[in-house]
Amino acid sequence: MTRVRIGIDVGGTNTDAVAVDEAGNVLAWHKTPSTPSVAEGIQIALAAVIKDVDVSRVTRVMLGTTQALNALIQRRGVNKVGILRIGAPAFNAVPPLAGWPADLVEAVRGPVALVAGGHEYDGRAISPLDEEAVRVFARECDGAVKAIAITSIFSPVTSEHEVRAREIVAQELGEGFAISLGSEVAGVGLLERENAAILNGSLTGIAHEVVSSLSVAVERAGIAADLYLTQNDGTLLRALDALHRPVLTVASGATNSMRGAAYLTGLSDAIVLDVGGTSTDVGLLVDGFPRMSAHSVEIGGVQTNFRMPDLISVGLGGGSIVEPGAAVGPGSVGYRLTSDALVFGGTTLTLSDCSVAAGRASFGDFPERASAIDSELLATVIAHIDSRFEVLCDRIKASRSDVPVIVVGGGEHLVPKSIAGTSQVVRPDFADVANAVGATVADVSGSVDRNFVYSLSSRDECLDEAKRTALGAATRAGADPLKVRISSVVEIPVPYMPGDCTRVVVKASGPLAD
Amino acid sequence: MPSLWIGHDDVEDLGLGASALGTGGGGSSAIVRLMLHEAIDKHGPVEVVALEDLDPKAMLFPVAFAGAPVAYIEKCISGNEATLAYELASKRFGRAPIAVLPLEVGGASSLYPLVVAAELGIPCVDADTIRRAFPMVHMTQFTLAGISVSPCFVIDIKGNALTLDMTSNVAGEAMMRAIFVEMGMFAVVAGYFVTVQQTADHGVPGSLTYALELGRRISRIQHGFDGAYEGFLRCAEAQALFEGKIVDLDRRTEDGWSRGTVKLESLDDPSKTFEIDFQNENLVARSNGIVVATVPDLITLIDLENAVPMTTEELAYGQRMRVIAMPAHERWLTPPGLELVGPRAFGYDFDYISYRGVQ
Repeated sequence: MTRVRIGIDVGGTNTDAVAVDEAGNVLAWHKTPSTPSVAEGIQIALAAVIKDVDVSRVTRVMLGTTQALNALIQRRGVNKVGILRIGAPAFNAVPPLAGWPADLVEAVRGPVALVAGGHEYDGRAISPLDEEAVRVFARECDGAVKAIAITSIFSPVTSEHEVRAREIVAQELGEGFAISLGSEVAGVGLLERENAAILNGSLTGIAHEVVSSLSVAVERAGIAADLYLTQNDGTLLRALDALHRPVLTVASGATNSMRGAAYLTGLSDAIVLDVGGTSTDVGLLVDGFPRMSAHSVEIGGVQTNFRMPDLISVGLGGGSIVEPGAAVGPGSVGYRLTSDALVFGGTTLTLSDCSVAAGRASFGDFPERASAIDSELLATVIAHIDSRFEVLCDRIKASRSDVPVIVVGGGEHLVPKSIAGTSQVVRPDFADVANAVGATVADVSGSVDRNFVYSLSSRDECLDEAKRTALGAATRAGADPLKVRISSVVEIPVPYMPGDCTRVVVKASGPLAD
Repeated sequence: MPSLWIGHDDVEDLGLGASALGTGGGGSSAIVRLMLHEAIDKHGPVEVVALEDLDPKAMLFPVAFAGAPVAYIEKCISGNEATLAYELASKRFGRAPIAVLPLEVGGASSLYPLVVAAELGIPCVDADTIRRAFPMVHMTQFTLAGISVSPCFVIDIKGNALTLDMTSNVAGEAMMRAIFVEMGMFAVVAGYFVTVQQTADHGVPGSLTYALELGRRISRIQHGFDGAYEGFLRCAEAQALFEGKIVDLDRRTEDGWSRGTVKLESLDDPSKTFEIDFQNENLVARSNGIVVATVPDLITLIDLENAVPMTTEELAYGQRMRVIAMPAHERWLTPPGLELVGPRAFGYDFDYISYRGVQ
């Protein structure tokens, strides 16, 4: 009897779900408007996709959501966090929360303490941990906050002081208090790691809501399966771990969509065009995974050192408004497409109308209204969007060789049959729910990010150690030990040091073990 | 000349200009920008004065921070280092410096002297000793003038304070590298103590306002103003050397230096290639194998998408870049200047080649 995986994507507008069997066939899919209560949307979508599926065959449910991201953007439902930084007096010149938007500081800031401790790049202690100061801080947090974020200088090298401080806080406030450690959520870069730990603490309440909504929906559906959330890098986190590390799941949308595109087409190296109602995102798949951006990203206005897929976004979508003189966008009718566009009986000329007029799409209640569009105007608009897509594909390409283009999203009809500089344009089935499909095929991963001194042993030995650590972490996260592989190795030499000190970032990933 | 007051609105622009003058090295200015915002919050806008508005005989407080970027993104300034160095200097010289002198306007360290000025409650002078970033302590125009880096105060974040009296500026470089390792790869340095007159004669006046102007021009590119890129090139007397995609990146550590080569390929014509060698900073640019720009002129990569001047650590395969060359300060192009910081000083067996006139 073949096993079934269910992927769910809870977005701001829609909640999608798909059921996929072992052979990779999409058995069922459903799209429903997202509801104010996350639980309701999940239950509706889940009920729809398991209607014709034997629930005893469902072994895994994977969920990707923008709930936590939206909470941060809208400053809604985030909780206060006690902030402990270990390493004073180093970095006292830039206190925690520096550079944060004022309203988010207001929503998040609990007691703040900078205490002595932390380590050097090579693991030597800067000074012993000031345990008494940690205790004083913990008592100050009692009753004031629901979560605590602890970040120590060079904790990616050794997390000893973060771990000890967590023990002390737990002694003072009791086990079960939500405590985020910097070393568990981010790599080298104190301020960004601290930001990630604080954001993580602030999402404790939301994480609880999402994970319990998922658990309840799954249980009500009579499914006994392992539950996962997708992370920013497109790999999976067990739902129980996501309770403690929600910040790692805030921005998985683009990755899921691109992984879904790869899966639905079987292509591993391709350009992905995600054409929506208002905008188009273009990204590049390399070896089945999105190429990541070189710049780290802001989340809710806060600098982190998370990497996201390298995307170019432009204001070009099915709802883009065509102005007199054939200027296109960035204005869009957005979700009012089905009332404002000509073919839906409205009075606004949109790119969807042009698609219908050009025979690229057939939808709408009044398709004949599209044929009234001036033919010269139509030709100009079509030539314009064709060249926009051509330029977009060229900009994202890593090499001059022609690669295929995968088109997903509701505005896919805008994309021409062929694009210069690309080998083919592929439009997979189920492109509308590529996000949810992407969630079902996510790998699990493990990583390491720390400084090694090559001259103490050798470069090969250091890299081997880093790789072993990453592989071990991936296997512990549930990866199939036979299929897990090293997915990236980055070496960044550390100048000024004799002995070839190098920051090594290694990531391993693989499919879940059965 | 009326003083310039650096407020919150100037910080990002100054950071952009400093990054362009960092010419790939010196690390990201993000942390120092936050630090400067904090200092302005606490002490108000920072006063920047022209050298001619100060007593020529008065002493300045030349300061920078130094170390490996990977160390200072973890273990940065406590905020007490410069005050400690200032006290030590005042005691040693028997008089108190009246204004801060940035040692290096180029890279992350450029904005730090403004933080120091805010904390000490004295102005910062509109000058420096390099007007770009260089990787070694002795690579300043003061060295050309025979001004000693000693006595030099090196302070770590814990407050360990060393006073160094060294036989030469070159010896200073070697000594300090050894000390940095023990200090956790990061420290504040105050050295090259000079008067206002000495700075006017042998330093680079106007470098802070130069950085600010460059930054404002880059910000206009980022905000999509018409003709902003051309305006920036004109203002900087810069030349666009190449536009292309990074197709290869080779990084290695040699003798404690971060060295490497980045290779780009033209977006329009893949047969056109471009290479840049770096040692912390970008040193030599080659077009189809032919050298078209060298140190001490500034070779800077600017992201084609968002006009961010890139550090060598930020470079990655597939990025689309503009490569530009900007002029080194004229004194660097004299024979002694080129001997100190020309291509041969970085181990190349050829002389300085000007980018001017390159098509």
